[in-house]
Amino acid sequence: MKTVNVSISPHIRTGRSTASIMLDVIIALLPSIGMGVYVFGWRTLLITAISVASCVVTEYVYEKLMKLPVTVGDLSAVVTGLILAACLYSTAPWWIPLIGGVFAILVVKMLFGGIGQNFMNPALAARCFLLLSFSRIMTDYPVIDGLSSATPLMIANSGETVGYTELFVGTHSGCIGETSVIAIIIGALYLFARRVISPRAPITVIGSTVAFVALFSLIKGDPLTFNHLAVHALGGGLLIGAVFMASDYATTPVTFWGQIIFGVIVGLITAVLRVFGGTTEGISFAIIITNLLTPVIEKLTYPRPFGVRKEKKS
Amino acid sequence: MFSKTFRGGIHPADGKSLSRDCAIKKLIPKGDLVFLMNQHIGAPAQPCVAVGDKVLVGQTIANPGGFVSAPIISSVSGTVKSVASHACANGDAALAVTVVNDNEYRTVDGYGTERDYRSLSPDEIRNIVRDAGIVGMGGAGFPTHVKFAVKPGVVIDRIICNAAECEPYITCDYRLMVENPDMAVLGMRIIMSMFPGSKGVFGVEDNKPEGIAALKKASENDSDISVVALKKKYPQGGERMLISAITGKKINSKMLPADAGCIVVNYASLIAVADAVSFNRPLTHRVVTVTGDAIKQPGNFEVPIGTNVSELIEAAGGFVTDPEKIIFGGPMMGAAVYSLDLPVNKTTSCVLCFINDAADVEPGECIRCGKCLTACPERLMPIKLKNTADVGDYAEFERLNGLECISCGCCTYICPAKRRLSQAITAAKNHIIAEKKKAAVKK
Repeated sequence: MKTVNVSISPHIRTGRSTASIMLDVIIALLPSIGMGVYVFGWRTLLITAISVASCVVTEYVYEKLMKLPVTVGDLSAVVTGLILAACLYSTAPWWIPLIGGVFAILVVKMLFGGIGQNFMNPALAARCFLLLSFSRIMTDYPVIDGLSSATPLMIANSGETVGYTELFVGTHSGCIGETSVIAIIIGALYLFARRVISPRAPITVIGSTVAFVALFSLIKGDPLTFNHLAVHALGGGLLIGAVFMASDYATTPVTFWGQIIFGVIVGLITAVLRVFGGTTEGISFAIIITNLLTPVIEKLTYPRPFGVRKEKKS
Repeated sequence: MFSKTFRGGIHPADGKSLSRDCAIKKLIPKGDLVFLMNQHIGAPAQPCVAVGDKVLVGQTIANPGGFVSAPIISSVSGTVKSVASHACANGDAALAVTVVNDNEYRTVDGYGTERDYRSLSPDEIRNIVRDAGIVGMGGAGFPTHVKFAVKPGVVIDRIICNAAECEPYITCDYRLMVENPDMAVLGMRIIMSMFPGSKGVFGVEDNKPEGIAALKKASENDSDISVVALKKKYPQGGERMLISAITGKKINSKMLPADAGCIVVNYASLIAVADAVSFNRPLTHRVVTVTGDAIKQPGNFEVPIGTNVSELIEAAGGFVTDPEKIIFGGPMMGAAVYSLDLPVNKTTSCVLCFINDAADVEPGECIRCGKCLTACPERLMPIKLKNTADVGDYAEFERLNGLECISCGCCTYICPAKRRLSQAITAAKNHIIAEKKKAAVKK
């Protein structure tokens, strides 16, 4: 008999791998990107391709230069690239996704230790970096023939009513991946079904944003309609942020209650920014700010082990 | 009705179809038999025979080495060849008595005489169980008579038979359920007679409907005995998970099943109790599942304890191709062995041979997916425990309740990055327990 392997139990492993999970996220993002191509045209593909390529190449080059094992095969850089593209405008100049991808992977991900170690969502941090550095370009939303020229949230904020068909199908202006509610929901359901993410964080983000927006509007004395709240919930990138970014593995808590608390804080900050702040969207900043609280939230929500009673304070 | 269960756990492919329909075959060994002295948890047994002594089937060849210990009974007749150190499955070596088999199987006087348990007192039953060398035969090997020594004042209201058999691939208990449910019910009645007012419960995973039906039929005249279907989920047969699924009571690592009013006995051990008490047959044989994709004809074999495992492999038709990994026990908690020249122990439920070693994968970086938290039946944070274990921060490890870990392996199984979580946590846990023992001895 040849020599046999000896190792500590367990001796079997699940078929899922990091790459298969990332592939699931890529699949879930495809409907949204696809709708982006449908609504905004072929340039969407160019922006997406540059963004993905920039992320993957940056990771590869960094690891080669640093003589680290190359990990681009785990597809996480592709996910970062897709998410970054999803929150850019299709009309952005070609160097915007390029710089964004380099910033996301190099500064936010690799310098902090690579996959699982980044303290902020790389794609969102890159978007916020671009937003602050090139604010005119980054807020110059595309004007598409036959479409209303503003994003639904802007329209709703100006007191007009937004059509639900337009909102759900996504035939309006906005970032590449954020327009179609139906496409994002299809992606979300796929991720829930494949158990890649739990619905906890997305649902609390949306629920608490709506609740806090309603509350703050009452305090401020703004007029509030059902249509306006619906647009708050489904427009302005909240949905894609809630599904794909507030559920990010590395930068959100792993504990059950931690994910719920995270969602509520994101909702709170989003609502503050939307009602009192200068920005219409707010979700990007809300998520990266809350990312910083993740270690604290996790520490406070450490689960009580099976059969261990609460110790009485003496 | 929904099957009862606990929160957490995993659903690995169970592989039981390889051997579940193979009736138990009796195997008569030809070679020498090796009786290791550490077949149970607790103090090793002390040999009471010398080289050259003649021994008989049912003869005690080693006495218990303490209260938490068990004697070793010869399963064959023959001559003692040696009393010396022998390799054991965990890679260590232990004292062992080797007997040259004379193939006559002569028994000690009184072996097999029937006895009515109703005429015996609880103490008498406990002594019979102790002298028969019965231990938990599912893998842990905790001496069964110690479970019966309940502190005064503690009321035992449930005797739980652990027939979950949640480890993938293993089918020995299932075969005993289908082929011999009456003996298990008899064993249950014997234990219940020691604890007046107690109820008996068989906990069986719902992937064994035939086993549930057989036990229900065998116990239909006993209103105090019930059969509970448990959800097929690993580690359903973990003692704390089983008690929680059946009674709703949750105990932690510092508690005993008796704190929840329960005594938990493995299915094969229950049959051993019936054998010892009602038929004066001590624990000399057990059923072993020989399976895995490397085995030509997987099956379930009843063998004398001490039989060389290579004879078992031979009885199962040998290997299809040389296996990359051989495991004693199930794939989740079993021990990988490096040689076939090892004896069957009281706790050897399965010999599992894989052509490919699925555990031979390089671990990657943690992606913080949190799947280990959802899988952990003890609701720990394996991700954090591994980090503290890796840097040797044992104080923090203990503060995070790392000692509650039952080493079920769910976290390592579920990890998409293939990180060796449970291995690191178990190592840290064992280190802390060893340090505590050392400190206690010093005092």
